[in-house]
Amino acid sequence: MDYLLNEEQMMIRDLARRIAVEKIVPVRAELDEQNKFPTDIMKAMAQADLFGIYIPEEYGGLGKKSFELYIAIEEISKACLGVSTSYAANALGTYPILLHGSDAQKKKYLPDIASGKNLAAFGLTEANAGSDASGVQTTAKLEGNEYVLNGTKQWITNGGEAQIYTVIAITDKTKGARGASCFIVEKGTPGFTFGKKENKMGIRASSTTELIFNNCRIPRENLIAKEGLGFIVAMKTLDCSRAGVGAQGVGVAQGAIDECIKFAKGRVQFGQPITSFQAIQHMLADMQTQTEAARALVYSVARMMDSGAKDFSRASAMAKLFATDTGMKVTTDAVQIMGGSGYMKEYPVEKMMRDAKILQIYEGTNQIQRNVIALDMIKEATRQK
Amino acid sequence: MNIIVLVKQVPDTSEVKINRETNTLIRDGVPSIINPFDMFAIEEALRLREQHGGKVTAMTMGPPQAAESLKEAVAMGVDDVVLLSDRAFAGADTWATSYTLAQGIKKLGAFDLVIAGKQAIDGDTAQVGPETADMLGIPFVAYIRKINSVTSSTMIVERMMDEGYDVVETSLPALITVVKEINQPRLPSLKGKMKAKNLKVTPLTAIDINADENLLGLKGSPTKVVRIFPPTPRGQREILSGTIEQQVEQVVKKLKVNR
Repeated sequence: MDYLLNEEQMMIRDLARRIAVEKIVPVRAELDEQNKFPTDIMKAMAQADLFGIYIPEEYGGLGKKSFELYIAIEEISKACLGVSTSYAANALGTYPILLHGSDAQKKKYLPDIASGKNLAAFGLTEANAGSDASGVQTTAKLEGNEYVLNGTKQWITNGGEAQIYTVIAITDKTKGARGASCFIVEKGTPGFTFGKKENKMGIRASSTTELIFNNCRIPRENLIAKEGLGFIVAMKTLDCSRAGVGAQGVGVAQGAIDECIKFAKGRVQFGQPITSFQAIQHMLADMQTQTEAARALVYSVARMMDSGAKDFSRASAMAKLFATDTGMKVTTDAVQIMGGSGYMKEYPVEKMMRDAKILQIYEGTNQIQRNVIALDMIKEATRQK
Repeated sequence: MNIIVLVKQVPDTSEVKINRETNTLIRDGVPSIINPFDMFAIEEALRLREQHGGKVTAMTMGPPQAAESLKEAVAMGVDDVVLLSDRAFAGADTWATSYTLAQGIKKLGAFDLVIAGKQAIDGDTAQVGPETADMLGIPFVAYIRKINSVTSSTMIVERMMDEGYDVVETSLPALITVVKEINQPRLPSLKGKMKAKNLKVTPLTAIDINADENLLGLKGSPTKVVRIFPPTPRGQREILSGTIEQQVEQVVKKLKVNR
């Protein structure tokens, strides 16, 4: 399929692909096995300017938008979802500043994020606040010119590795969701520490930790937007990042197809390559068709977002839902086609299948995505009456 | 530091074949690349700039399409480029090439360091570096595997030898050639690629670099190529693989068949 990429978009795709092939593929099994954060790869990606793609030029970025970011995410995801999660979670942590930060906050934080010098992370989830984001119990209390944070965030991607954290905390318990606010917390602030590093099923190259705030004092100017707007900041951030998770689904699906067809062509059973069997051909055809449909949806949503659309919650939820379900299904089928070899660690598809599962869970489970889509449909139908 | 990197556009030799009738390289459809050893020179220049500040200029002599190599250097982060291109430069041997490059460097004015790869993978002479240094009247150190320290007027480097290495101190400006052990060249950056895409490379000609035309190109080349030929093939050979036992078994089998 030709998606009519312009010259600069092709440049981004080709460079991300080169990094994936030259820097990520040779070490992905080792990173997975050893639960190791890809520091050197992140440096190479920073040097190639991949961290600045979606950040405006005035803050040191390339001034491109979601589409260009998703192209890079897709290419990295073909090679390793652990690396692409670390990369994409950086954007997730940056969006609150990019979308709602003051000019001073943007000037202070964005250039070092664009250059890749600083990594960002987003802290919303807690033990009692997952799909129900309103269950946040971390508090922030204004004392003079400082906010004092207390509480624990859970399963935070890039925890410990990032320098900049955008964190949701409750500033007014009486107001429920309208009592939440978003703050910037820098690594090294007294009272801010990291809990244990999680031992995960997949995306093991990425770092996932708790963020622990114990009377952590941050300057008042680290509040993003206004008190009480925390959930709006979080929801707008997730609207922007969700379709990027869809791009991860497209990438891992394509990566699995590419590995699987290469293997199947050489695998001889009953005296002929297994690609000569219709059972395999039909599976391959379905896998590629589903992946192409997912890609078309993700790209369309990205172009809609970049054209200045105001409300794209439903669209980005659909892109995330469809493309990540596709990622799971296609990687599972790739293992099936490769049979016993697919199940072994000598081949990369078992890792891709383990990695793909998280895409249906994080940044809003696919059940929550269906809620978002259905509620928006019902709202629209009610309006039209 | 003001650093000049000498680069050469070469055919990707992993793709080159020889026409056995004319004894010439078949260059049709063979991609051109930056001489791999020059990639280490570019990387080292960029690292020196990152540590000490300054500017990196990539220079090449070649036909107009050699501008592509300079653009690749820009994509990696080089600040400025110089393309020396003129019909009068054609057919140059290493001596005439070195003269042309030295004239180009003189034209640029003051500099601290010139870096080149140890040799080019097409000619393999390793002569242009030292000859250029000689024509510029500056010190030359070959086969550098590490730069230990740099001051405003001196530099301490490690020169790779057959056994071990020498530690050499040289005054600056100097010309050094580097080996692949010195670093790992970076990939291009997006900003660099975008800058390269819009770059117009204007070539400098013989007149621009105040060159004496008698010293240029074929006319200025003391070396004359009498004949080029590939070595005669040394008969059919075969390399066996597998364990020693398997290889011995194969040898025995072949000997029996050929008896």
